[in-house]
Amino acid sequence: MNQLTMKAPKSKSMKKTERTSTITGYITLIIMSVIWMYPIVWIILNAFRTERNNQGDLVGIVVSNYFPKAVGFDNFIKLFTTTEFPTWFMNTLVVAIFSFIFSTFLTLSVAYVMSKLKFRARKKFLNVALILGLFPGFMSIIAIYYILKAVNLTQSLAALVLVYSAGSGLGFYIAKGFFDIIPNSLIESARLDGATNFQIFIKIILPISKPIIIYTALMSFTGPWMDFIFARVILGETNTHLHTVAVGLYTMLYGQFVDVNKFTMFAAGCVIVAIPIVAMFLSMQKYYIEGVTAGSVKG
Amino acid sequence: MSSKNVQQNQSIISRILVSILTFFKNIGLGIYKWIIKIGVGLKNSTVHFATRFRDSSTLTKVSHFIMGFGNMARKQIVKGLLYFVIEVGFLTFMIMSPVVNDTPMGFRAIKNFITLGTVEGDIFTPTDNSMLMLLFGVVTTGIIFMFLAAYSSNIKSSCLADELQKKGKKLPTFKEDLAELMDAKFHLTMLTPAIIGIVIFTILPTVFMILIAFTNFDAQHPAGQVLFDWVGLENFRNIFSGSGEISVRFLPVLSWTMIWAFFATFSNYIAGILLALLINKKQIKLKKLWRTVFIMTIAIPQFISLLAVRNILSEYGPVNNLLMTIGLIDSPISFLATAANVWTARITIIVINLWVGIPYTMLMTSGILMNVPQDLYEAATIDGASKRQALMNITVPYIVFVTTPYLITSFVGNITSFNIIYLLTGGAPIVPGGYKAGSTDLLVTWLYKLTIDENEYNLGSVIAIMTFIITATGTLLTYRKSKAYKDEEAFQ
Repeated sequence: MNQLTMKAPKSKSMKKTERTSTITGYITLIIMSVIWMYPIVWIILNAFRTERNNQGDLVGIVVSNYFPKAVGFDNFIKLFTTTEFPTWFMNTLVVAIFSFIFSTFLTLSVAYVMSKLKFRARKKFLNVALILGLFPGFMSIIAIYYILKAVNLTQSLAALVLVYSAGSGLGFYIAKGFFDIIPNSLIESARLDGATNFQIFIKIILPISKPIIIYTALMSFTGPWMDFIFARVILGETNTHLHTVAVGLYTMLYGQFVDVNKFTMFAAGCVIVAIPIVAMFLSMQKYYIEGVTAGSVKG
Repeated sequence: MSSKNVQQNQSIISRILVSILTFFKNIGLGIYKWIIKIGVGLKNSTVHFATRFRDSSTLTKVSHFIMGFGNMARKQIVKGLLYFVIEVGFLTFMIMSPVVNDTPMGFRAIKNFITLGTVEGDIFTPTDNSMLMLLFGVVTTGIIFMFLAAYSSNIKSSCLADELQKKGKKLPTFKEDLAELMDAKFHLTMLTPAIIGIVIFTILPTVFMILIAFTNFDAQHPAGQVLFDWVGLENFRNIFSGSGEISVRFLPVLSWTMIWAFFATFSNYIAGILLALLINKKQIKLKKLWRTVFIMTIAIPQFISLLAVRNILSEYGPVNNLLMTIGLIDSPISFLATAANVWTARITIIVINLWVGIPYTMLMTSGILMNVPQDLYEAATIDGASKRQALMNITVPYIVFVTTPYLITSFVGNITSFNIIYLLTGGAPIVPGGYKAGSTDLLVTWLYKLTIDENEYNLGSVIAIMTFIITATGTLLTYRKSKAYKDEEAFQ
């Protein structure tokens, strides 16, 4: 009884402070969302603006007004007709599809072996993989370039697929964490029924590994759309017909001839690239979050 | 009170120092033990090899010279033939020394590996390509090691056949051997493609680049035009102790890399956790919407979002425009590449990095928040703790405890974060002088410029090795202590 009476007046003031803290919370979130969304909105606005200068050309960056005075698809049309953007897009798509098939296969197989199969060199392999993963990736890019050149593979999309997928065997830690959680009893009972390791992997493990398969596939598919260091060195700056979207759009803005008037066209390209990727991320959000969390906590 | 705090701090610092020192001591000891282990291992395996040869059957003895003979003689024809083909192929490769891009492989590559080319070249004869010679030397050495592995597997296989025959058991057919690969040796099947990829695209290039650090392969010695040679530790000496330009450039870049990594990591970490706590508050509705907003920025490729930010902050961009409209400034400010003050650019980058990094920490912490053991809260409520106390004494310590490994991996990740610097400033504002080290260049972006733009491969290599040492120290330090490593076997 005594406690209750003591509590009553306190809870009223607490409610008040709680409400103010909730309101400040909302305000913070709204301000932050605006800041975080602003660059994205800005790119979209620029992609659709079609103000023309007195020579009749599309103007690049318009500073006088935030919201475009004229809106249309002119930038997109110009992008598709005057640049090699369609080729870049197809290049990236092809590279992304192949490297996602190879990388997913390599990552999952290494992860499964490291997690569930016992063999002599297992621990050694784990340590070597950890150390190799620490070398800055593009430190070796020159060497990779000359290795590919020795077999006449540089400046081709196949080379890029090889580079993206070959190293993926080392990025198995997150998937391994996932396989670690699968109970061993599941595998042992299958063994008792006479299944081989291959059958266990195909028929038992893969069907229950959907989350990690999707996470790995998502990461390896989006990689080629985001990377431009490897693509730039391997494809060469002058071979514009081989570029991926990232290299192509970057060179468009900051290539040999810096041309700010291309900015709206660049923005149009960005919108086309970003739409499928953002859509994929958002629809597979659940798996992405699972992967990120698992990876970080495992350390 | 305050003196107690100071004392505490000192003891913490000294503890950290001691642990770092012990770490290096342990590494030293580890390397020492490792060398001894290799020596002992070499001795043992030679002895083992000799005794095995002496005690083995005649068929196995022949297998020491004609690979696969022991298997073929026992009707394991395909297996034996495979070994034999490997031997013939290897010997042909070594003796014939096939020439690729005017540079031989095989045994001549081993010779070239040591000299790195001798023909200076004139109008009629091309100069030896030292770079390819170095590369092929590494490749040939690798092939020799692979052959040795096949050779030893051949002898083992023959010995096994000896043993099985002695016991009167049936030898496995080739078909049965293949079936093994799907079951008892399934790990070999699964790992082989990955290992081939890693050897060709990670190990081989890494070894090659490490070796370049010990040569004078630079802009004055372009491959195929001027010979270059081994120079030992000269490059390292130039960077660390020389009074030359490169050593003057090195220290500022290194220190900015460390400053950047420190602030980038902690600002993101703290702000990300705060944001996650805010979204996770009971009173906040539409949690999913808020999270989606931030995930969206992760999904956008960095070259898009960072180039957008770069343009937003440019002299004619909206931010300067806004500041001028409301009358805060009279003329546009350069925030990034052309900033008048180095620190303007540096601080801007760290702030922009918040935009990039907070969503990751937020996502991760949100996941962890759902896993805080609920009984801790129950116990706290029973003890009469307020919400704030529960937050400060349970939630925050739990998050910090669980995410410490992440904190250190992200510190290491920031040391090598290339995109943000390259896309925002390209390392500028420019510092006058050679070697193009701009004032926002990190070790990795500088290394990129040195190798790709300046062709100073040897210096780039030394810097890459330095970066590796820094990141490896950090990672091993955490990894060894992390629960994941210690409990690695717990699930097995």
